[in-house]
Amino acid sequence: MSIQPVLLWSDALIWLLVLGVVAFGWASSRTPPLRAAWRRVGRNRPGMAAATVLLVFVLIGLLDSLHYRPPLANRTPDQPAAYSIEVLSALDALAAPLRTRMEKTYSAPLATRAYAKESIEVRDAGGAVHAVRDFPRLAFGGAHLGEDEAQRDADVLGRVLAAEVVALALILVVSGVGAVLLARRQAIPWPQAVRRLWRGDTDIAWNAVLFSLGALALTAAPLLALCVDYHVFGTDKVGQDVFYQVLKSVRTALVIGLVTTLVTLPIAVALGILAGYWRGWVDDLIQYLYTTLSSIPGVLLIAAAVLMMQVVIDTHPQWFATAAERADLRLLALCLILGMTSWTGLCRLLRGETLKLRELEYIQAAQAFGVADLRILARHILPNLMHLVIIALVMDFSGLVLSEAVLSYVGIGVDPTTISFGTMINNARMELAREPMVWWSLAAAFSFMFALVLAANVLADAVRDAFDPRAAVA
Amino acid sequence: MNAPMKNDDLLLRVRDLRMGFAAGRGGQVLTAVDGVSFDLRAGETLALLGESGCGKSATALSLLRLLPPAGRVLGGEVDFAGSDLLRLSEAEMRSVRGGGMAMIFQEPATSLNPVLTVGRQIGEVLERHRGLSGTAVAARALELLQAVGLSDAERRLGEYPFQLSGGMKQRVMIAMALAGEPRLLIADEPTTALDVTIQAQILDLLRGLQDERRMGMLLITHDLGVVARMAQRVGVMYAGEIVEEAPREIFFTAPRHPYTHKLFAALPDVAARGRALETIPGQVPPLSAMPAGCRFADRCPHVEVRCRERSPGWTDLGGGHRVRCHRFAEIAPAHRGDPGVAVMPPAMPTPSLLTVDALKVHFPIRRGLLRQTVGHVKAVDGVSLELGRGRTLALVGESGCGKTTAGKAILRLIEPTGGSVHLDGRELTGLPRAALRPLRRQMQMVFQDPFASLNPRLTVGDILAEGMQALAIGDAGPERAAAIARLLGQVGLPVDAAGRYPHEFSGGQRQRIAIARVLAVQPDLIVCDEPTSALDVSVQAQILNLLKSLQESLGLAFLFITHNFAVVDYLAHDVAVMYLGRIVERGRVDEVLRAPRHPYTQALLSAVPSPGLDDRPVIRLAGETPSPAKPPSGCHFHPRCPRASELCRTSYPDERSFSVSHRVNCHHA
Repeated sequence: MSIQPVLLWSDALIWLLVLGVVAFGWASSRTPPLRAAWRRVGRNRPGMAAATVLLVFVLIGLLDSLHYRPPLANRTPDQPAAYSIEVLSALDALAAPLRTRMEKTYSAPLATRAYAKESIEVRDAGGAVHAVRDFPRLAFGGAHLGEDEAQRDADVLGRVLAAEVVALALILVVSGVGAVLLARRQAIPWPQAVRRLWRGDTDIAWNAVLFSLGALALTAAPLLALCVDYHVFGTDKVGQDVFYQVLKSVRTALVIGLVTTLVTLPIAVALGILAGYWRGWVDDLIQYLYTTLSSIPGVLLIAAAVLMMQVVIDTHPQWFATAAERADLRLLALCLILGMTSWTGLCRLLRGETLKLRELEYIQAAQAFGVADLRILARHILPNLMHLVIIALVMDFSGLVLSEAVLSYVGIGVDPTTISFGTMINNARMELAREPMVWWSLAAAFSFMFALVLAANVLADAVRDAFDPRAAVA
Repeated sequence: MNAPMKNDDLLLRVRDLRMGFAAGRGGQVLTAVDGVSFDLRAGETLALLGESGCGKSATALSLLRLLPPAGRVLGGEVDFAGSDLLRLSEAEMRSVRGGGMAMIFQEPATSLNPVLTVGRQIGEVLERHRGLSGTAVAARALELLQAVGLSDAERRLGEYPFQLSGGMKQRVMIAMALAGEPRLLIADEPTTALDVTIQAQILDLLRGLQDERRMGMLLITHDLGVVARMAQRVGVMYAGEIVEEAPREIFFTAPRHPYTHKLFAALPDVAARGRALETIPGQVPPLSAMPAGCRFADRCPHVEVRCRERSPGWTDLGGGHRVRCHRFAEIAPAHRGDPGVAVMPPAMPTPSLLTVDALKVHFPIRRGLLRQTVGHVKAVDGVSLELGRGRTLALVGESGCGKTTAGKAILRLIEPTGGSVHLDGRELTGLPRAALRPLRRQMQMVFQDPFASLNPRLTVGDILAEGMQALAIGDAGPERAAAIARLLGQVGLPVDAAGRYPHEFSGGQRQRIAIARVLAVQPDLIVCDEPTSALDVSVQAQILNLLKSLQESLGLAFLFITHNFAVVDYLAHDVAVMYLGRIVERGRVDEVLRAPRHPYTQALLSAVPSPGLDDRPVIRLAGETPSPAKPPSGCHFHPRCPRASELCRTSYPDERSFSVSHRVNCHHA
């Protein structure tokens, strides 16, 4: 009974990106200017705290990018193994209780009963059946309490307290291990190492990392402790746990934020450098292209492209073995479309910088040696643009995550079956208009997306400060 | 110090001023100015002289308390008009800045706000410090602009900085500084960014204004020539300390500090021709590692044990001359060599390596939607040159005269519009790029700015190997590594420099790397585009020595583009003077520099401030260089020429020969 691994297109790209990041990290560690810049990022406290938060999001996303199809129970042992048409991920496996325990419909966070009254048939003492309108008991939320629903508050409080104690202990252990490692590396007694760690007197701002790890542990521990027996963020219209949806949305956001840059980067870098270096008609053509592209309203262009793509996908159902594959392709297509429309800003920036660089004397010195143009581009211009590219990449990330939410809200975003911050917010539109209002989907999606984008923005600031030569001077 | 002075004359009294820069997170402060003391009387000019990084600008900014964010005043007293500036509140300080003392900055282009009119910017000062308002502001601003000699002052009031030339902007800056009627003017390298003829105008203006208003002036400069022309007293700064202070006459005749001696000896001029210039070995110590004893000890030829142990105190030599040196008494006062006419070896008839004939570079001016060409900037307009093997031809002119463009057009870094260039008998113009590549081996270029001419992302070894790679010289691997080691030795850099990055080197060392990069392909001709103008005097001397010794050992020909006549005098065999895209005079160096024929050459030479006491008359040129997009009719120089006649306005003068080599384009020569 083995599983069948499934490699979705987006998975392949994500792992390719991970590989690329590792390769880039290796390359930067061998290039002193880049290494120095990354060291500056490492010393930046808010930057490192944000990076820690972001790393946790990335881990969730990566877990959610290992897909497989679970086997179906065979009726007879000699049959070839059959697999479910449902594609699951490692995260789904870990969060199986969250995924499988579906309620009937809406329920509030930590509730034991549903959010709306229903007619329930109650058998009274006499054995007669009455129809009573009441809030029905949830199938899973607080089921372990049995009849003793009044115990809920005490139970929740107890779990939160226990979880916080565990979290605190964990932080202390991690900090202690860190201090011991530091002490061993710098050959100092460990109380001094603790003091250095606390004051941030280290090469990398480890105190910020530990601080944000601590904050994360204190937040995550109670959520994890409660989510096994309650719906911490409630359930949505079809009774699915909102906490599970939020976790699943992280991957979608990361795919949109990262894979899109894979599309924009080559276009922006190639066209920007060509326009700036060769000028003349090449420059006119490229400028004309991006001026035209950026004067069409972005949403309009994206809507048209998405609708066309949807038609293609709908008319070719035979291309896809599972619904997940179809949704995945649609996600990728959205990345492609977003990428095609958002390269203009970076391209313009790189063109301007190349125009400046090509007049620099070291480029002219290379020209005086008769060095071939392509070699000048690769050796002299591209490396000196890298700081701009890195800054733009990190800054664009948060913008793309937000634009996914907007597009899905408008209805031209990801596939409706794909869980994303955008689809959650889109659903919340109807829920907020309900009476009584259902607020938890929106609140959960909002706070997670906020944390992700804020972390990305803070890290982007740190990266910009470290890489921007002008900022370094000031 | 002991000169008799009336107390009410004393304008500024600085005692033991110390300032530093905060470094790192540990609250550590690196001292940049350490115990500077001086007095300044009304109507007097004190020049603070020193090389870059010695703390002279930091001193000036501390006086005004205009320090950058990391700067800290660490102690001392600054008595100005009866109050200690370092203890004033920020609000009180505001009325001192501009009102009590005003500052003129080095770069006029960035010191004016580009979105405000000139009148508005001067008016701001008038409103703040003179309490004027309404029409009185405009009237006073007009007076000020007229006082600084700005032509057409009424119209200039309503103009924006971009409509003014560099010299005009500096005049506006001076008018702004004067608007608050300050008693002390701090001028931080006020003419460094300007051409010599404009520099002469601005220096005259500052001097006139100072005499008229009895202002004190603190002049900060690295140029001994400017000091000679302007200062009454001179303070020499080194590594954050004043090491010698003397009245002008004593400073130029009998300086006592070894550093001052070295500064004079490093200046290139004709007296030094034919021998190596003196250089100061080593570098200014970094702020983080100041020696405990004399700060100059490591570079001083007269160093003793006690120099390293304790810092020398002041010794008063009388007549306002004091010096900080343990051994000044044992060191003979340097007497400046008599700048007599050096004997020039007669010009050897050498086979011509480079022949340039009627070279033209015109840049089209495009306007409008369809980018039609509406005119041409004639950057280079018919330049003819000849350069023999192993000789140096200096191409001299003010900024914007097209000398750099001409140099680049010869190397085909800019496509020439017309004319021909022959290198070793082969025509270069019109050659396709592929055919040009083998010829690139023979001609190379050294650029002006050593900070922009090396790719910061490549190691020095990679930079040196680039030319060899591109032109397929030698095999990659050990052979090339050996070649790189040899090149580094040739330019006086350690072999381990190959593995390091350009940012680890100082300006002078970077220029050595740039020279080594060029030598890697063993060229016959090197175009040097102001290779020393971004360097300090002592470093300039090192680079000039290097170039000279390379020429002697390798037989290189240099086309030396410069505006510095002292360098020309020291290094060049032949000179060509350019004005507005054309050569107006050319000949052997003694012909052009000793007996100039063209009025422009005469004016240029007289405008160069000489670092000595000889007060030659300066030929003052009116106005500024016209735009090469609209050159004047007839002789280009006639609007500024003191000898212009009707003929000059109508026809461009033909070339006239005065000797085999000396040729001049002037009707009146």
